[in-house]
Amino acid sequence: MSIDTDTARKVAKLARIRVEEAALPELARELSGILTFMEQLNEVDVTGIEPMVSVTPMRLRRRADVVTDGGIQAEVLKNAPLAREGFFAVPKVVE
Amino acid sequence: MSAGSANTWTIEKARDALRKGEISAVDLTMACLTAMDAGAPLGAFVHKTPEIALDQARAADQRLKAGDAPSLCGIPLGIKDLFCTKGVNSQAASGILNGFKPEYESTVTTKLFADGAVMLGKLNMDEFAMGSSNETSVYGPAVNPWKVDERKLTPGGSSGGSAAAVAGDLCLAATGTDTGGSIRQPAAFTGIVGIKPTYGRVSRWGIIAFASSLDQAGPMTKSVRDAAIFLQSMAGHDPKDSTSAEIAVPDFEAALTGDIRGKVIGIPKEYRLDGIPAEIDALWQQGIDMLKDAGAEVREISLPHTKYALPAYYVIAPAEASSNLARYDGVRYGHRAKLAQGDGITEMYEKTRAEGFGKEVQRRIMIGTYVLSAGFYDAYYNRARRVRALIKRDFETVFAEGVDAILTPATPSAAFGLGEMASADPVEMYLNDVFTVTVNLAGLPGVSVPVGLDAKGLPLGLQLIGRPWDEGGLLNHAYVLERAAGFVARPQKWW
Repeated sequence: MSIDTDTARKVAKLARIRVEEAALPELARELSGILTFMEQLNEVDVTGIEPMVSVTPMRLRRRADVVTDGGIQAEVLKNAPLAREGFFAVPKVVE
Repeated sequence: MSAGSANTWTIEKARDALRKGEISAVDLTMACLTAMDAGAPLGAFVHKTPEIALDQARAADQRLKAGDAPSLCGIPLGIKDLFCTKGVNSQAASGILNGFKPEYESTVTTKLFADGAVMLGKLNMDEFAMGSSNETSVYGPAVNPWKVDERKLTPGGSSGGSAAAVAGDLCLAATGTDTGGSIRQPAAFTGIVGIKPTYGRVSRWGIIAFASSLDQAGPMTKSVRDAAIFLQSMAGHDPKDSTSAEIAVPDFEAALTGDIRGKVIGIPKEYRLDGIPAEIDALWQQGIDMLKDAGAEVREISLPHTKYALPAYYVIAPAEASSNLARYDGVRYGHRAKLAQGDGITEMYEKTRAEGFGKEVQRRIMIGTYVLSAGFYDAYYNRARRVRALIKRDFETVFAEGVDAILTPATPSAAFGLGEMASADPVEMYLNDVFTVTVNLAGLPGVSVPVGLDAKGLPLGLQLIGRPWDEGGLLNHAYVLERAAGFVARPQKWW
């Protein structure tokens, strides 16, 4: 599978990473190289093999459904690039 | 005992000297702080915390005086930048976490501090632990203390700062993390010991995530005994990490009996790769002979899916990374791009992530996005997870046949020069992980032990792979190898 410039543009969009138009051909070439490397996996017979989920056959533990934390608004907002009136602030989302 | 060179000590030696009152934790810490400042050319420490260190050292001296001193009490450590440390920059060596100071402490550092350990500062690494040379760091590369000509060499990656700091005697030991070889490869490149525990042995809570099903933290130390002492403090169940195992932690140091008579060592034939330097092959043979001389039975084994480990890893790790790194959006922490007139929230995300992430991280996020996208999920991601199941089964089969540990080379070469791989294909850099990545995919413990020097005088390591949860037995094998190899070479100080 080879990735063309249009696919590279689409992947960058899905990943929410801005890539300049001029950089797309190089990106497509790099991604294609990596995918070609992965194509080796097609040589393996995986008939009847379940996709592995976790390395130890254990159920994820669930804790009791109770509030364990909270009331720390100042700490939560402390690292925000922009916070106003107790909220994270972002550019306008709805017109 | 002179405090002046105490930064060169092992944990074992410092522990004993502290308990006997031959040195104070403050003096030991001062020796390390001096070495840390003088070690600036190594680029290992990226955020220094001398005030925290001295506070912790004073508290450790109180505990030592009171006779309440766990093994790590008063021991000065470096902490990889991937660990969240309260109030101290924790950036995963990424521009996107510029200025991030967590309001909480990772479980690992919490446990270390509860045992009285001293934090000297945060250590350099590849950005988000993605790299094998420490060259993807936003801080610039860490430099290997080992030097044989005018070139500056990589300490390996991603735990390159940890490796450089320990090998350069800037601290007694350091934390590392290992997703595909990030503890074991830098340990091998710098002549130190590094162990990646069984997946689930050490809590991942508060460690900035790369690939959650593969990430595991472990110690990087000057000796196998130090690794046992250090791991003891890091390990254990943590309710805050749902993949952390509720399995009792044995006494790792007590497991170092030096007796491996009758143990079965597997030598996987698939690890004999074409194009591997003859020196690595010779070192491997020496390791085999050492374990044989110690009374172990050496057996050739087959791990037939080894060849597919790297491609499977480079599907699974980027897939998990693309999901884990979606949280860096410029809203809650870290960097936010300056926006132009009329830019909306999508432009904010796209510009922030383009500015904040380095090239290799962007590449892996995009590969991960692609293999998880509609139409390719089955062909790439699910296929890779099926191959992963087969790789794990290969190991289960040989362990069921009575193999106690597996001996392999740690890396396909000695340390290379910084910048030498700059024009290489990304895939070429990925080949550094060829011997280590299988262990992460199978969730097994693996340790890198320095065994010899190459013709130029650079350290080379061997890797031992153990049964799940048998870090004790694994470390005992490593201890035997360490003693037989008698590796005592140290880098010549040039910095």
